[in-house]
Amino acid sequence: MADLPKRGALKVFLGYAAGSGKTYQMLEEGQELRRRGVDVVIGYFEPHGRRDTIARTEGLEMIPRRKLAYRGAVFEEMDTPAIVRRVPGVCLVDEFAHTNVPGSEHGKRWQDVESLLEAGIDVHTTMNVQHLESLNDQVWQITGIRVRETIPDWVLAQATDVVMVDVTPRALLNRLERGVVYPPDKARKALENFFQESHLVALRELALRQAAHEVDTRQAQPEEPGEQPEGPHERILIHITAEPSSAELIRRGKRVADHLHAACFAVTVCPPAGLDQLSTPHREAIERHLNFARNLHVETRVLTGEDTALALVEFARLHQVTQIFVARPKYGGFNRLLGRNLVHRVVRLARQMQVTIVAERHRPGS
Amino acid sequence: MEAEERRARHGRLKVFLGYSSGVGKSYRMLDEARRRRERGQDVVVAAIQPQRPPEVEALLNGLEVIPPILIDNVAVIDVARVLERRPEAVVIDGLAYDNPPGCKNRWRWRDVQDILHAGISVIGSVNLQFIDELREQVEAITGKHITQTIPRRFLNTADEIVVVDAPPDLPQLQEPGTPGAAPGMNSQQRLSALRELALVVAADVVDQQLEYYLESHGIENLWGTQERILVCITPRANAAAMIASGRRNADRFHGELSVCYVEQGELSNDDRAAVEASLAAAREARAQVVLLHGEDPIAAIMAYARERGVTQIFLGHSFRQSWWDRIFGGPVDRFIRAAEGIDVRVFPH
Repeated sequence: MADLPKRGALKVFLGYAAGSGKTYQMLEEGQELRRRGVDVVIGYFEPHGRRDTIARTEGLEMIPRRKLAYRGAVFEEMDTPAIVRRVPGVCLVDEFAHTNVPGSEHGKRWQDVESLLEAGIDVHTTMNVQHLESLNDQVWQITGIRVRETIPDWVLAQATDVVMVDVTPRALLNRLERGVVYPPDKARKALENFFQESHLVALRELALRQAAHEVDTRQAQPEEPGEQPEGPHERILIHITAEPSSAELIRRGKRVADHLHAACFAVTVCPPAGLDQLSTPHREAIERHLNFARNLHVETRVLTGEDTALALVEFARLHQVTQIFVARPKYGGFNRLLGRNLVHRVVRLARQMQVTIVAERHRPGS
Repeated sequence: MEAEERRARHGRLKVFLGYSSGVGKSYRMLDEARRRRERGQDVVVAAIQPQRPPEVEALLNGLEVIPPILIDNVAVIDVARVLERRPEAVVIDGLAYDNPPGCKNRWRWRDVQDILHAGISVIGSVNLQFIDELREQVEAITGKHITQTIPRRFLNTADEIVVVDAPPDLPQLQEPGTPGAAPGMNSQQRLSALRELALVVAADVVDQQLEYYLESHGIENLWGTQERILVCITPRANAAAMIASGRRNADRFHGELSVCYVEQGELSNDDRAAVEASLAAAREARAQVVLLHGEDPIAAIMAYARERGVTQIFLGHSFRQSWWDRIFGGPVDRFIRAAEGIDVRVFPH
């Protein structure tokens, strides 16, 4: 039996806005690798009409894109099978967070990249910090924009290296005004929305701290697997409900768990008769949240019990949980007493544990 | 103060910050000079590092150079010629050099200030290891004693600062340590530690810029760019555990830690001593210690938390509860209710 190929290495060029130079730097390094004799191909490249960047593709083999028809229009996507057949040493893939057109075998480009890595191909790719799933609420708080194309944090965590491609907001705005980044129409819209200077400065800070975190986790790899380098071993439990706030709670709990190198579980508590007893919308909302947690690599369980707080705390105790995450009750709402009682009781029952009450974020002025 | 310094001068300062020599600061700087020239800006080079890889040499060939003067075998920027030539921008590699005795300024960064005040912009570079305030931290990683540095406040006056980042396995990176330094760390780990420090320093500079920008444009505070943890101390709280956890969390998130105590009238001697001990522990943990006042402790804490952009409040919880608490909600309940938009972490006593 043939050996499975060794998994390829992933390198991510991290920025905080379009036009920050991620693709440029990726291509420049690709050229340098080619000069050193590495077999480099371009798997996907988005030219955006940027001349300086296009010039950097010269001499690099480009794997033709695949055309897919969808609703009467033709879309072009990365031809993952063709790249796998070609087996290059390194494949350059632009726009890691891209969503494929329906009809592709994977919904997301990062899943295509997974296949390339599994085929033993090294991949270099580009992404902006706002596409990281766990920062979704913070990015919304800063910019007012809900980013829909997200990448689960564990995908970035798998990268061998994450390199920060830094540029100052001022330089970025200059580029935008000179028409280097987008055509004039799009540039004007961008300047009014996403590209406000305060947004860019804030996103840049997020990116720098994320890059520092990526360096930190890679160097904190314990020598012995399973050994904790410092601090007590933390275990985090997230309480999932049908409430929309569960999504933010999951992102928040998982982000804290990742930073503390903690194990992370998510549970929902339903009546003794099981999930089927719940109304359809209620059950579907819970299932959606459980599924969301699993996609972020959070282990999930469905518990049954009459008393939610008690079931939660008993599970936590049994699994040596150190910190329970619950949503902040909505005050003044219809079921305020219920929510308040739950938090109150969890705090009282969880004697040795910490309880984190996560508040929904608001935008200033909204 | 730094903002005033920026306003007083007319040239703009842009600094490329790298964590080691060899990451590509000179290349990025000269590449920027090239692009500015192509756009019609009058750019000259006034100082460049003596050891240059071929790609840096190639960029340099297309640029005008005002050579430094040699005094006692030390390269010194020819400030007089730069001022006389009056370009729009000047490239100065290696900001952290001392000038030899007899020069007008003792340090190169002072020369840079003179040039900026004359209305000429400066594109400069510095290695993280040469920032004065980081000397101890850097020395703990590299074991090298650094003598020529620039002060952090000079870096803070930069209009723009750019991190030049690269993975620590680049072959051209210099071994950053001396043998025996930082036991248990190899060369790659030392480089990684420096790299992380550079990214955090840049994030902190950017954070200051953000605050200044929002203030000067009258924009309401914009929070969420970093984790800010506030630990609330009471005489009976298990302060040691909360502070230790706060420190660990702040470090992991590369964020900020504050510890607050709301002054209350009469305290028993024991309680007073407990509070003092907790605040001392907080200072020991490099937390910012805040003493708050106010009739209503929760209101005082929330007011401070909002002003500071706190994202997580750590609170102690006691299980002794009065009948009053049970009916009207104890302090923890009132706290959670008040903490709109802020996470509350409740610690057991």
